[in-house]
Amino acid sequence: MSNTYHIVVCAGVVPDPLQTLEPVTTPNGPGLKNEMMLPAVLDPWAGHALYEAANLAARCAGSKVWLVSAAPKAKLQQVMMNVAQKASFELVPVDAAANGFADAHAVAAALSQAIEAIPGLDRSRLLLFGGWESASRGAGVTMQLVGEQLGIIDQFQGVDELTVQPDGSLEILERIEGGRHMVSVCPGPPVLLGWATGNLPEPKNNPQVGMANMRTIMPALQKAKPAALASDAVRFVSVTPPKQQRQTRVVKDQSADEIAAELLEWIAAD
Amino acid sequence: MSASSSESSELTTGVERQQMSVDIAGVGFGPAMGGFLTTLSCGLSNEDGTPRLESAVSPGMPLQVICYERADGLGFGVSGAVTRARGIRASFPGVDLTQIPMAARVSHEKLVYLLDPIGASRRSLLFRMKDRMIRALGRAARLRDHAVELPFTPKFMRKHDGMIFSLGQLNQWVSEQVASSGAVQVWPGMPVSEPLIEGDGVQGIRLADQGVGLDGAPGEGFMPGMDIHAALTVVADGPVGAVGRKIDAHFGMPEGNHQREWALGMKMVVELREDSGLEAGTVLHTLGFPEPEIFGFLYVHPDRLASVGIFIPSWLRSPVRTAYRYLQHFMMHPYLWRHLQGGVLKSWGAKSLQESGRHGEPFLAGNGYARIGEGSGSTNVLAGSGVDEAWTTGTQLAEAVIELLEQKKTFTRENLEQSYVRRRRESWVDAEAKVAADSRNGFQHGVVDGLIGMAIASVTRGWVFVAPEQGGGRSRPLSLEEVYGSRVSAAELTALREECAGQGTSLHDRIMDRCGWPEIPFDGQLLISHQDALLMGGSVQAPPGYANHIVFRRPELCRECEPKVCVEMCSGQAITRGENGVPAFDREKCVYCGACLWNCGVDEGNIEFNAGAGGLHSSLN
Repeated sequence: MSNTYHIVVCAGVVPDPLQTLEPVTTPNGPGLKNEMMLPAVLDPWAGHALYEAANLAARCAGSKVWLVSAAPKAKLQQVMMNVAQKASFELVPVDAAANGFADAHAVAAALSQAIEAIPGLDRSRLLLFGGWESASRGAGVTMQLVGEQLGIIDQFQGVDELTVQPDGSLEILERIEGGRHMVSVCPGPPVLLGWATGNLPEPKNNPQVGMANMRTIMPALQKAKPAALASDAVRFVSVTPPKQQRQTRVVKDQSADEIAAELLEWIAAD
Repeated sequence: MSASSSESSELTTGVERQQMSVDIAGVGFGPAMGGFLTTLSCGLSNEDGTPRLESAVSPGMPLQVICYERADGLGFGVSGAVTRARGIRASFPGVDLTQIPMAARVSHEKLVYLLDPIGASRRSLLFRMKDRMIRALGRAARLRDHAVELPFTPKFMRKHDGMIFSLGQLNQWVSEQVASSGAVQVWPGMPVSEPLIEGDGVQGIRLADQGVGLDGAPGEGFMPGMDIHAALTVVADGPVGAVGRKIDAHFGMPEGNHQREWALGMKMVVELREDSGLEAGTVLHTLGFPEPEIFGFLYVHPDRLASVGIFIPSWLRSPVRTAYRYLQHFMMHPYLWRHLQGGVLKSWGAKSLQESGRHGEPFLAGNGYARIGEGSGSTNVLAGSGVDEAWTTGTQLAEAVIELLEQKKTFTRENLEQSYVRRRRESWVDAEAKVAADSRNGFQHGVVDGLIGMAIASVTRGWVFVAPEQGGGRSRPLSLEEVYGSRVSAAELTALREECAGQGTSLHDRIMDRCGWPEIPFDGQLLISHQDALLMGGSVQAPPGYANHIVFRRPELCRECEPKVCVEMCSGQAITRGENGVPAFDREKCVYCGACLWNCGVDEGNIEFNAGAGGLHSSLN
């Protein structure tokens, strides 16, 4: 069996977590204050999935990577300026007002429809990658739902490592409690992997990769059709930020014991 | 091919580098590059969207235009800008610019003289007499909250028909317009280390090495920076950009020109309380406090956001001129505090401004390259305006480039002089820069002379001005004793200096305390420590795999250097007193303001300020 894969990475776009994110109630439900002003990044969990996909495709000749993302077109364009330098892929954009409060079922439906419409996608070679969780909201169910809608039975969540065995089977390490991994083997595609952090560093920015990607990304973005996500599927009763007070200071070379003692004191005082 | 040498690049001499060829390579994405790419991208396509011009390096393809920006995003520019926006408006006919986030039309504009409510400011006798007179006259002099609103704003300062922008949001918006055209590519997160100089021209740019240690030595995953060859290199990396400065170092400056005058702008974006009394579109220009040499501003954006900040000019000769605490005292001036009290810090940042104006103009064009924006001396120092001027120089270059390409002419110095430089010389940017050129000479003699000089230059359209100080060189800080000797004894200054050196801290806070500046009452929202501003006013990023961008070339010179103004003026407290008196640099705190570059105490300059990745992430700046 040839180890040639069609790897589809589902990746959300989230506001840069380094910015101050402030939940507010909008006429369309909960949102973030000044959300369109916030710089966007690829969801870090999905980012790991993309880097693993690119790495696997580079090792398995003939493999190809698609990046499927549902987000406002302007935000997708912004994110692509960073991401497209890091890995080769073809973008499948879904122009949708997806944010951290969109219903996972609606997002999964839009993503699975977009995947089904990818020309030339061979389901028998399909590896469906995504983030195990999301930086926007930790529901962590979107990938599972996409897999179900595409009829993918073999699903793994919290994946840190994927190894292609000589016989073509896939060995997968999933995170379990206690900082350990569960090892599974499945015969091969189609399979869904919700990645944890993986083991790969963020790839270096490569201008040639970026230029090559942009030749397909910009036309794809220009042709992206709006997709309406069902907005009445879920109702938020209230949204509040974590009740924490940050008293920051920068201290270098503090021992782990001292940090732990300070954390304990802080938690106990809460 | 030769390239400028540097300590870090010497560690990678001889490594094989990948090559890529494009038609036009740009360095730095700010207002100038925004203007350039906006105009260029419109000119590269026919009405039906098909390409108008063919690439010379990829025949059959449209013109290949690529721009690299060192910051991780395109919306992290640091400035709350008020501008007449003449050039920006011309680029977007029919577009309502208030649709840009945080943009507002200027509705009220005031110039305010701030008296010293504390008594700690270093005021000359003349200033003190004037202040006494104002206080004696009281309401008759329109005195209120220790401030006097001047009855009019001088014409040269007026922005009454202009716009208030967040530069970060403006850059972000422009980048979206430009990128959506598909005609040009803009890549953030990619520092450009140097120009590729061959003979008397520039052949392209070299990107920064990745996968190196802090000293620039190849490490795990080493990826040599790629050489990007281009028929035209557009240099828009600002006043402290590595490419522009290396071009200046190689080709020199036009005779008589210099870049001596600088300022550090530091600001905060504040969410105002609901009853702050400030309306969107309000612009306040201030002078007089916290020191007479320090100008300040407050611009009100929509949605109760305000940019508030100060400029520390190089003619403030104090050797301990840290901006951060001055900014806090400025905000707490009663005239401003009545509006700002109860506000919440949303963003913070700092940047160096090249204030030599037209005298700081480098060669605007050479074989294979052209300079636009602030690094090309476009800032109008009389009007205190730079964004629109920078933008316009970009549009002028784009028009010239399209003209040359259509005429199938190459990007030689002569052709660029006849197309780009000619346009610039014939434009309002240059006409107004000429008026402004010598308007600030008076500040070399003192604040009062400076203010009078600005007024005279404005009234006479630049024909009459205060003569510059004889000599040359940068505006050097005076010694601690010269500045504070009348208020603190020499013995005490020595003790303070030794105490701070022993603790590895800067002198600024101790000197300010000693001179009577009150302690800042931290409230955790707006009045916060300097280090908290680094965390709450954005976030400093220092991605691994890049070399330290600040290098002290000859540590032995730093050891002997006193006062260490690089330490005192570092906006992020990234440069501290290290071991044996040599400054230590912490990349994780550097906001790329570039103040260390023009505050180096060594005559020939001992700080290498290279291109680096990361910096302050704050979208509201």
